[in-house]
Amino acid sequence: MSAATAEPKTDRKIRVVVAKPGLDGHDRGAKIIARALRDSGMEVIYTGLHQTPEQIVETVIQEDADAIGVSILSGAHMTLVPKILELLEAEGIDDVLITVGGTIPNKDIDALKEMGVSGVFTPGAPTDDIVNFIRTGVSRREL
Amino acid sequence: MEPTSTSSSSDAARKAAEAADNEFTTMSGKPIKARYGPEDLSGDADVKIGEPGQYPFTRGPYESMYRGRNWTMRQFAGFGTVEETNERFHYLLDHGQTGLSTAFDMPTLMGYDSDHARSLGEVGREGVAVDTIDDMEILFQGIPLGEVSTSMTINAPAAILLAFYVLVGEQQGVASEKLSGTIQTDILKEYIAQKEWCFPVEPAMRLVTDMVEYCTDHMPRWHPISISGYHIREAGATAAQELAFTLKDGFTYVERAIERGIDVDAFAPRLSFFFNAHIDFFEEIAKYRAARRIWARELKETYGAKKPESMRLRFHTQTAGVSLTAQQPLNNIVRTAIEALAGVLGGTQSLHTNSFDEALALPTEEAVRVALRTQQIIADETGVTNTPDPLGGSYFVESLTDELEADAYDYFRRIDELGGMVEAVRQNFPQREIGEAAFDFQRRVDDGEFTIVGVNQYVTEEEEVPLLHIDPALETKQVERLAATRAKRDSAEVESALTALKDAAAGEANLMYPILDAARVHTTEGEMIEAMQQVFGTYTETPVF
Repeated sequence: MSAATAEPKTDRKIRVVVAKPGLDGHDRGAKIIARALRDSGMEVIYTGLHQTPEQIVETVIQEDADAIGVSILSGAHMTLVPKILELLEAEGIDDVLITVGGTIPNKDIDALKEMGVSGVFTPGAPTDDIVNFIRTGVSRREL
Repeated sequence: MEPTSTSSSSDAARKAAEAADNEFTTMSGKPIKARYGPEDLSGDADVKIGEPGQYPFTRGPYESMYRGRNWTMRQFAGFGTVEETNERFHYLLDHGQTGLSTAFDMPTLMGYDSDHARSLGEVGREGVAVDTIDDMEILFQGIPLGEVSTSMTINAPAAILLAFYVLVGEQQGVASEKLSGTIQTDILKEYIAQKEWCFPVEPAMRLVTDMVEYCTDHMPRWHPISISGYHIREAGATAAQELAFTLKDGFTYVERAIERGIDVDAFAPRLSFFFNAHIDFFEEIAKYRAARRIWARELKETYGAKKPESMRLRFHTQTAGVSLTAQQPLNNIVRTAIEALAGVLGGTQSLHTNSFDEALALPTEEAVRVALRTQQIIADETGVTNTPDPLGGSYFVESLTDELEADAYDYFRRIDELGGMVEAVRQNFPQREIGEAAFDFQRRVDDGEFTIVGVNQYVTEEEEVPLLHIDPALETKQVERLAATRAKRDSAEVESALTALKDAAAGEANLMYPILDAARVHTTEGEMIEAMQQVFGTYTETPVF
């Protein structure tokens, strides 16, 4: 990293949008993750429930997020995640780390990763693993 | 252990025992002593424990319990369109299930039609899609509604789905007086935990009270509210919080109905409950027993009920979805069996056992069959049904029952200080308490203080199990059926029904009647919700974490 051109981005807190797209109200996981990320020193923006992909991408832009954690337990991940990725691409956003959590069957995990999702976390994933994944993933992108 | 002879070693032993005591807690963090004895029973234990089927019903709502009649085996089912779910209903009835329980999809729960933009990708995913009376008719095709009892898990739009059900009954020639079943309608726990709402809290409470009134007048065999702790627990509440918030929600509905001028003994016997069965066996059993005793006492002493039926708490149980693990999914069969047994030993009236694959997807037919067989093994092989409340009088269970009861009263007091449950919900009080408990539990799991087999202990390579795949084409099929209904109906009739509904919403009339009129002329669920939202407004949560 060159000291002369380094943006203060690395000194600032990692900014994460925790997002609940779709209609399901299962927010236990999203809130636990939001709090764990915050406790680990990140800046967390939780969208609240029932967000459209458009609303989520808007939040990512407005908050200048480094990472996004999408929580879905409704089985609609193969509709909602591609939609979010599509909108991010249309906005020219390619430097945001994308993670997904929820009840996601194995075969869909592979498909989501192929689309550009960096990490998928299913029930039982230790909170620390998720925090570390985001921290490592974001800093790697900034190098 | 042999008693020790010297005082210093007995001191050491006592200290060791005390230190050890601190390490033994229930799942909810309640300390457990090294032993329980007669000194742990309260002074008026005889009165508080009582007899099965008698006030205060600690030992069960009925004298003979399962000797007289087994619990209803009621597996919650719903996915895809009404055709797929109707087929699953027939499958379950053919395999010895004794009641039906309908899971609706997210758009139906939120009051969106299947062709609404917000419904995209969600139609039929987590339950069955129902938009109009036409869907309801197919859902219950070949199922005699006069003979089978049906439970419907729906809350904000409950009045509309009840109207559809009543009209399908009519088509089958079954009068509403003859319909038996339950509709969830517990809107307070939606704001607290499940988070599927359509309106602000006050108009939602009015709609609930309208339904209670309607059912009191026309549906004597129907349970208009299933006061639910299940979702509160799944959101992360402790056993005591589940108990306290659920009962307080129940008291709030009772108060509203009494304020409406309905005699408590006319509706209270038709209120039923729905509790979670989590993995801490004795804590769960104590929770059910405490719930019955508190409800009986409050209905009698605070709300002036005279009939024993009004004081008698009856409940449905579902094993804890949140206790299922995605890792080593077959282990979930064992967890579910133990949880189900707690429900039975706690005296449940009906039971849903989760399927082992549900941490991954909606269950396959095979997984559902194993879950149903689990109940049948408990009922027919284990002998636990031979006598009511077999754990009654256990020093430990009675003491835990007393403690949970005391915890619940502590929460009642705190909620009253905030101005009652509706106000507490507005102030996010229960939401915050549950969030704290959920976070704390996750920390205990992450730190290895609480063992979850296959997750933080005894971890092995992943096993693959076959999963249910829901064909995305089903969404198109449902949207097409809805379009066909919209095309064939008389739109002038629909318009005038919606106007009447809006007028009623703006006034004080019971909304069940205009909803029934609208449903009859093929008005969709989404149209009725939108009409009422024009008067009532909508709800947005301020999330706390």
